Amino acid sequence: MREQIMSRIIESIAQLILLLVLAPLVTGVIRAMKARLQIRRGPGIFQPYRDLYKLFRKGMVIPETASWIFTATPWIVFFSTILAGLMIPMVAADAPLGLFGGVLAVIYLLGLGRFFLALSGLDTGSSFGGLGSSREMTISALAEPAMMLAIFTVAIGAGSTGLTEIAGAAIGQTWRFLAPAQMFAFAALAVVLIAETGRIPVDNPATHLELTMIHEAMILEYSGPYLALVEWAASIKQLVLMTLLINCFWPVGLQPSWFGFGALIGIGWLLAKLLFLSSAIVLLETVNAKMRLFRVPELLAVAFTLGSLALVSTFLF
Amino acid sequence: MIAALFLSGIIVWLAGATASLALWRRPAAARRVACGAALAGSLLDLAASAFAIFNSSPVVIGLPFGNPIFSWAVRIDPLSAYFNVLLGVLAAAVSLYSFGYLREMEGRRNLGAFGFFFNLLLMSLALVFTASNVFFFLVAWEVMALSAFCLVSFEHEKKETRNAGVLFLVMSHAGTGLLLIAFLVLASVSGSLDFSSFHLLASTMTPLQQGAIFLLFLFGFGVKAGLVPVHIWLPEAHPVAPSNVSALMSGIVIKTGIYGMARIFFDFYGPPPLWMGTVVLALGVVSALLGVLYALMEHDLKRLLAWHSIENIGIILMGFGAALMFRALGQANLAALALIAAFYHTFNHAVFKGLLFLGAGSVVQATHTRNMEKMGGLIRLMPVTAICFLVGAVAISGLPPLNGFVSEWLTYQALLAGFGTTQSLTRLMFPVAGSLLALIAALAAACFVKAFAIPFLALPRSEQVAEAHEATPFMRAGMAVLAVGCVALGLGATWLVRVFDPITQQILGVHVSSAMVMARGLALSPGTPHGGTISTAGMALLFLVAGAAIALPLAMRWRRRSVKGPAWDCGLPGLTADNEYTATAFSKPLRLIFSALYRPRREIQAEYEVSPYYPRAIRFESEIESTFVKHFYEPLMLRIMSTANRMRAIQAGSINAYLAYIFITLILLLLFGVRG
Repeated sequence: MREQIMSRIIESIAQLILLLVLAPLVTGVIRAMKARLQIRRGPGIFQPYRDLYKLFRKGMVIPETASWIFTATPWIVFFSTILAGLMIPMVAADAPLGLFGGVLAVIYLLGLGRFFLALSGLDTGSSFGGLGSSREMTISALAEPAMMLAIFTVAIGAGSTGLTEIAGAAIGQTWRFLAPAQMFAFAALAVVLIAETGRIPVDNPATHLELTMIHEAMILEYSGPYLALVEWAASIKQLVLMTLLINCFWPVGLQPSWFGFGALIGIGWLLAKLLFLSSAIVLLETVNAKMRLFRVPELLAVAFTLGSLALVSTFLF
Repeated sequence: MIAALFLSGIIVWLAGATASLALWRRPAAARRVACGAALAGSLLDLAASAFAIFNSSPVVIGLPFGNPIFSWAVRIDPLSAYFNVLLGVLAAAVSLYSFGYLREMEGRRNLGAFGFFFNLLLMSLALVFTASNVFFFLVAWEVMALSAFCLVSFEHEKKETRNAGVLFLVMSHAGTGLLLIAFLVLASVSGSLDFSSFHLLASTMTPLQQGAIFLLFLFGFGVKAGLVPVHIWLPEAHPVAPSNVSALMSGIVIKTGIYGMARIFFDFYGPPPLWMGTVVLALGVVSALLGVLYALMEHDLKRLLAWHSIENIGIILMGFGAALMFRALGQANLAALALIAAFYHTFNHAVFKGLLFLGAGSVVQATHTRNMEKMGGLIRLMPVTAICFLVGAVAISGLPPLNGFVSEWLTYQALLAGFGTTQSLTRLMFPVAGSLLALIAALAAACFVKAFAIPFLALPRSEQVAEAHEATPFMRAGMAVLAVGCVALGLGATWLVRVFDPITQQILGVHVSSAMVMARGLALSPGTPHGGTISTAGMALLFLVAGAAIALPLAMRWRRRSVKGPAWDCGLPGLTADNEYTATAFSKPLRLIFSALYRPRREIQAEYEVSPYYPRAIRFESEIESTFVKHFYEPLMLRIMSTANRMRAIQAGSINAYLAYIFITLILLLLFGVRG
């Protein structure tokens, strides 16, 4: 019993470090690849680390109009995202904190962060913050049913909402992701991933044009260390959702445990799969333009349809 | 001892009612007596029912008068006791709050009458939940409806209040009418008015009769619960009532409908036909979705909360419908899981909705308006109310680690497990309902971002709001009790599921809590093999540790490097309250996306002198259509009025004519009797 708890703690710490270190890198790689594809030189892949380092050393301005919600939010967002990250299988099929919650808890923890971020957007009284909060809550609400249908499809296959069980059910069936239900669910979840992480065509993470931003508008008033926390949390959230997508549908290389030499192989596979997914995202972002806000519901309706198809095909095939 | 505690609770309430009526000329004394008696009675009721849940056999208390047909007997079984626990917890907190809340009304309103109806309402609720036969049940039901009506219409000098009160009374009695028919049919078949005589009675009836009775009960109890499409009274009546009454109405009075369904549907049918559960599940989804969609468009703080009551009743009915379906499919353990989800959510909703209405009451009392667009910045003026309201908002949005998350998670688990129970296409309903629950929960979160942020954050939007003051200590205490309740029901989930064992044992003959508690009470599981787990206590613990060890020290250090300054606002100087996002603006994207439902209408009038780009004043009006009222209730009312007009012809006012009517009726009845 005690050994089990100890090994859980070690796994959690290892995964925590992986989350914290890897997340800015993924953001950096995506930016660098995008720059190359657009025939720009762009910043190096380590630029997000430098940005975070710089922000953590700066002072900050807190708006006079803001309340304690504004200062509490970065912490709540950061911790809830990390907690969600510890519930997903990254290197080993066994999620370190799988006991504390499965896929539903992950989604709802991310929802907790979003709730407070939206509050802090409205807290400063600036109209841009309110605009961002309103759009973010709308889009995430519309993305939710599609995401849940896709997840239900996967969970029904595994008979559980526990991510350890979901990943475990997929291990050993290398070609299972070619089944129609899995492919539809994957496509639905991929669309949701784009909406949830604020990428083109739903939101543009690089924009600071007032009227088109969503996530950036919500965090407009943050500066210094708190901005660093929020940005870091956003990249961790992106990593969490990407890992969720690749490890639920394509668990190749997931190790039975964190311990021993296997962990290195697991990390290697994770990096390879993340690189693959990142390239797909980069390609998608480069060939698409940002959508008008009121076209986004149509995109999410497509995701919902894909999710429904996934569900129906679970017992047609 | 249970009987003694329960009876003394009833007596304290009765005594409180009469004493406060007698003291109506001395408002301060009436307030103290009424609230004191309500509090004492609630605590006694809570104690009695807390013991009664785990009592091995139901406690039966017969009053010494009455006769075999009309007997005044109560029977406290685990189901009754559970709903009495809800009543006790909520009523105690609301009574505590009322000590402070009613104070402002002293000398301006008749607090003696208020105390009378308030105590009477609590007493009748306790009796509705425990009455052992139809006669007593309906008497208590009627006392409840009438005292609730009087409390809702308490501020009767406003036309809005009177209209809402009458609508409530009419709808409530339409529902009671349906119940009366259903109960009389059952009683004529069983030959007794006792609830226990209805046990498995459905097997003696034809499917058509069974279905008719099901629909009568569903809509009869559904009116009280606020089920769509018979919900229209709820968003009118709850907001106009004094806020402590709104808390009771939304927290517990609408749950009498859920109680009634639980009492009848499982006992009467045994395994009910599958379609019944399907109907309940579908109506639950529709209620929840429409409730939250209309809530999003609402800018009256209390009406918004009232719409959310409809949403949450929908979520409860989703679990409840799933339980009925599992019962029909012979899956007792899953039925128990779904029923636990529904009952857990019932408790949670009582606590967080009570809390939110009390919070709204403090805000309305301090600002003298219910319109959110006029509020703002209250977090600085009313810090304790703000924290309590925030806890309620997080809980009702179903976010971890508070209580709403636990019951919604259980509902998801029940729906997910339902997919494997049958091979028919019906099973597609479960995941679709689950995905819509996700939509509902996310929309609720959006709505509560609005409901918390617009009144409490940023700058005050009007002068009267800028002068608001914090609620009195009693009011804060009442809210704090319920806020602690939200946290406790969330973190103590594995402890609380044990409470449901006697109830599922009584209703379904199984108990499942031992399978649901994992890792020595740290984690909760749905009890199915390999089902997922959650640990709200574990999450909360990690949050606390991280907050204390990392966030606090760092925040202290960074504080020294931070300066207060004007909001940057993309470089625009001079931020005022006029720049703030409004509630209307916040919900605009959803208003456009769901415009097929809302059919929004807007009107903009700009006054300008030289060019339309420099207006002097702009008037903006926006309105959405209430579909049910316009397309169903208004035509219905017109039809009723025209029929009534035509019937006026036979009411000439002549006594001779009336005597003739009576005579004809008598002859007809006699003929009918002879033939039968």
